[in-house]
Amino acid sequence: MAYAEHHAPQSFWTKYVWSQDHKVIAVQYTITAILVGLVALVLSDLMRMQIGFPGRLAFIDANHYYQFVTMHGMIMVIYLLTALFLGGFGNYLIPLMVGARDMVFPFLNMLSYWVYLLAVLILMASFFVPGGPTGAGWTLYPPQAILPGTPGSDGGIVLMLISLVTFIVAATMGGLNYVTTVLQARTQGMTLMRLPLTVWGIFVASIMALLAFPALFVSGVMMLFDKLLGTSFFMPAMVSMGQTLAYKGGSPILFQHLFWFFGHPEVYIVALPAFGIVSDLLSVHARKNIFGYRMMVWAIVIIGALSFVVWAHHMYVSGMNPYFGFFFATTTLIIAVPTAIKVYNWLLTLWRGNLHLTTPMLFALGFISTFAIGGLTGLFLGNVSTDIPLSNTYFVVAHFHMVMGVSPILAIFGGIYHWYPKVTGRLLNETLGKLHFWVTFLGTYAIYFPMHYLGILGMPRRYYAYPNYEFIPPSAQYLNAFITVAALIVGVCQLVFIYNLIRSVFNGQPAGPNPWGAASLEWQTPHTPPQHGNWGPALPQVHRWPYDYSVPEADADFLPQTSTSPLTIDEATHGHGDKP
Amino acid sequence: MAHLTHSPSEPTGLRSLVADWSADREAFKVPCGKAMMWIFLLSDTFIFGCFLTGYMTERMASPVPWPNASEVFALTIGNAKIPLILIAIMTFVLISSSGTMAMAVNCAYRKDRAKTAALMFATAAFGVMFVSMQAFEWTKLIVHEGIRPWGNPLGAAQFGACFFMITGFHGLHVSAGVIYLLTVATKVLKGRYEESGNYQIVEIAGLYWHFVDLVWVFIFAFFYLW
Repeated sequence: MAYAEHHAPQSFWTKYVWSQDHKVIAVQYTITAILVGLVALVLSDLMRMQIGFPGRLAFIDANHYYQFVTMHGMIMVIYLLTALFLGGFGNYLIPLMVGARDMVFPFLNMLSYWVYLLAVLILMASFFVPGGPTGAGWTLYPPQAILPGTPGSDGGIVLMLISLVTFIVAATMGGLNYVTTVLQARTQGMTLMRLPLTVWGIFVASIMALLAFPALFVSGVMMLFDKLLGTSFFMPAMVSMGQTLAYKGGSPILFQHLFWFFGHPEVYIVALPAFGIVSDLLSVHARKNIFGYRMMVWAIVIIGALSFVVWAHHMYVSGMNPYFGFFFATTTLIIAVPTAIKVYNWLLTLWRGNLHLTTPMLFALGFISTFAIGGLTGLFLGNVSTDIPLSNTYFVVAHFHMVMGVSPILAIFGGIYHWYPKVTGRLLNETLGKLHFWVTFLGTYAIYFPMHYLGILGMPRRYYAYPNYEFIPPSAQYLNAFITVAALIVGVCQLVFIYNLIRSVFNGQPAGPNPWGAASLEWQTPHTPPQHGNWGPALPQVHRWPYDYSVPEADADFLPQTSTSPLTIDEATHGHGDKP
Repeated sequence: MAHLTHSPSEPTGLRSLVADWSADREAFKVPCGKAMMWIFLLSDTFIFGCFLTGYMTERMASPVPWPNASEVFALTIGNAKIPLILIAIMTFVLISSSGTMAMAVNCAYRKDRAKTAALMFATAAFGVMFVSMQAFEWTKLIVHEGIRPWGNPLGAAQFGACFFMITGFHGLHVSAGVIYLLTVATKVLKGRYEESGNYQIVEIAGLYWHFVDLVWVFIFAFFYLW
C-alpha cells in the first residue's frame, strides 16, 4: 500500500477509540490487560489473607475462596499475560521492528481488540450474576465445574466459557495479523534472520496460539453443551448430592486432554515472547550482541514445536498407561535442552558486557533468576515418580508461579520500562522504577521460595483452610503468615508502577528518539512517538542484524539496523564474506 | 529464473530452503490475504481435528453400543431401505460445488466476469442444497428417530451429541461460505475488481470453500463409514 493512501485519522474518536493504528490498539490492549490484571492481583491478596490469617476477613468463605482462586488464575494466564504479550507488545513492536507501516489487516486488528474487550466484560459480568463467578479452579475440570456444590456452577461457568470462546475469536484475529505481517510485510533487507528476538518470540507464540487455542475452543463448546443442552461429553453417570444425574457415558479425561493440549503450549505462548524481550533487553543494556543469535532462534522454534507433545505431564495423577507417562516425561525433559541453551546464551551475553543497570535491565536480570529457579523445580514435576507425591502440594504452586507467573511479568515490566519512551516520548522515573523492581523481585522470592518448603511438607494446594491436618506442623502457619505479608507488600508496590506510568506521561523526562542507544528498527523512526504510518515518506532499509553493539573500530558504540557501515559482528554476515 | 542456477556461495539443499524462507522478501509469494487464509485454515484444521478426535474418544469410551451407521442413516425410498443414500447425494453435491468453484477461479484469472459470477452463484447454490439436505437429515433424526443431543433411543447418548455438534459446526462453515461466496460474486458482477484487475479474492474464497469440502470428506469417513 502506498504511503499516500494513508490518511491519518483526525478526530478524537477515530484517532484514539475506533483506531486501526497498531500503536493505539497496542496501548488499548495494554491498558485493558493491566486493569483486569489489577483485579486478579486483588483477588490473590484476598486468597493470601485467608491462608495467612484464616478467618480474619470474615466475608471470605470457602465458596468465595474458590472463586478467587479460579478467577485469579484465569485472568492472569489468559486475559493479562496472553493479551499483553501478543495484543500489547506484539501489536506495538511487530510493525515497527520489521519496518512495516501497520499490520497487514488494520481493520481486523481493531476488531481483535474490541472482541477482546467484550471477552473481558463478559468475564467481569460473571462477578455479578446469581451464584457469582465459577469456582471450579482455573482448569475448569468437569464434572465438578458444572455441578451444584461448586460455586458459580450456573451463571458463572457459562459466562466463563462464553468469555473464553470470545477471547479465542479475538486472539485468532490478532494472531493471523501478527503471523502474516511478520511473514509478508518486512521491509527491504529485513530477512527473518535479522529479526530481533522479540519478534521471533512473538511470531512463534502467535503461531502456537493459532494451533493451541482450537483445543480450548472445542472443549469450551463441548462443556457449554454439557451444561446447557444436557449432553454428556465429559460427564459419566454419577450421583450428585444424593441425586442420580441424567448424565451418562462421557469422558472427563477427554476434557483434560483437550484442556492441556491447549494449556501446555499456552505456557510457552507466554514464555516465548518473554524470552525474546529479555534477549533484546540484555543485549541493549549490556552493550553487547546477543550470544548465539541463530541458536536462540532455533531454540525458540524447537521449544514451540516440542511444547505440543508434552501436555499429559499435567495429568500424571489422572492415571495413564506407564508407557505414556514415560513418553511424556521424556519429551518434557527434552525441552530443558533448548531452554538451557537460552539461559546459557543470556549469561554469555552478559559475560564481560558493559552492563547498564537501568530499570529494564534489572527486570531482565531478575527474569533470568526466577526463570532458572522455576525451571529447576520443573525437573521434579516433569518426572512421573517425583511428580505424584508433589502434585497436589504447594510445590506446584511455587513452581508455576516462578516460571509462569513471576518470570513473564518481570519481562513485561522490563519491556514496559524499555519501550515506554518510544510510546510516549518520555522516560519512566528511574528511582520509582528501581523501587518497584527491588520490592517486586525480592518480594516474589519471599512469597514463592517458602512455598517450595510448604509443598515438601505435604501442604495441599487449593484448600480453603487446614483444620485437622496433623501432619502439617504448626510452624507452617508462620510461613503462611509471612508469605501473606510479603504478598500484600508486593501488591501495594504495584501501585507505585501504576503511579509512575500515569505521572510520566505528563511529567517524565523527555526521552529523545533513542534513549538506550538501541540498534533495532523501532528506535530509528523519524518521529517519537512514531506517527501514523510509522516511517514518514520512505520505508527504512535494513543492512544488518539488530545486535551490532560495541563493534570494534565503529564510531558509535552501536550501529542501527539502517546503518550502511561495512563493520559488523554478525557471524552470519562474516560467513558470507561481506566483511571488508 | 535466476534462482535455478546457484552461485557457489549460495546455500544448497535444506539450507537453501531456510535461506529462501528467511530472505528479505515475502515468505510466500502471494498477497497477504491469501497467506492469511492459509494460516486461518491451518488453525481451523486444528478445531475440526479436536472435534473429530473428541468424537472418536467418546465413541471408544462409550459403555453403550454405538448405533449402526448404515441403519441410522438409511432412507426408505419406495419400499426399499437404502443405506447412506442421502449422505451419498450430499457428498456428491458438495464435491460438485468444489468443481464449479475451481472453474470459477479459472474464469476469474481470465477476467471473465459474467462466467466467474455465474459459477460462484452455482457453487453457492450447491452449498444451499447441501445445508438444506442436512436440515432434512436432522429433521429425520430428531423427529422420526427421536435422537437428541442428550439422548438416543438407538444406543449411546454421545452419538446424538457428537453428530449434531460436528455436522452443525460444519454446516455453519458451509453457511458462512455461502454468504462469503455470494458477497464476492456480487462484487465480481458489479465490476468491483475491474479497476485493480486483481481477482485473487475469488481464489481466496475458493481456498475456504475447498477446505470446507475437504473437512466434509473426513466427517463423512469417520461418522458415516466407521
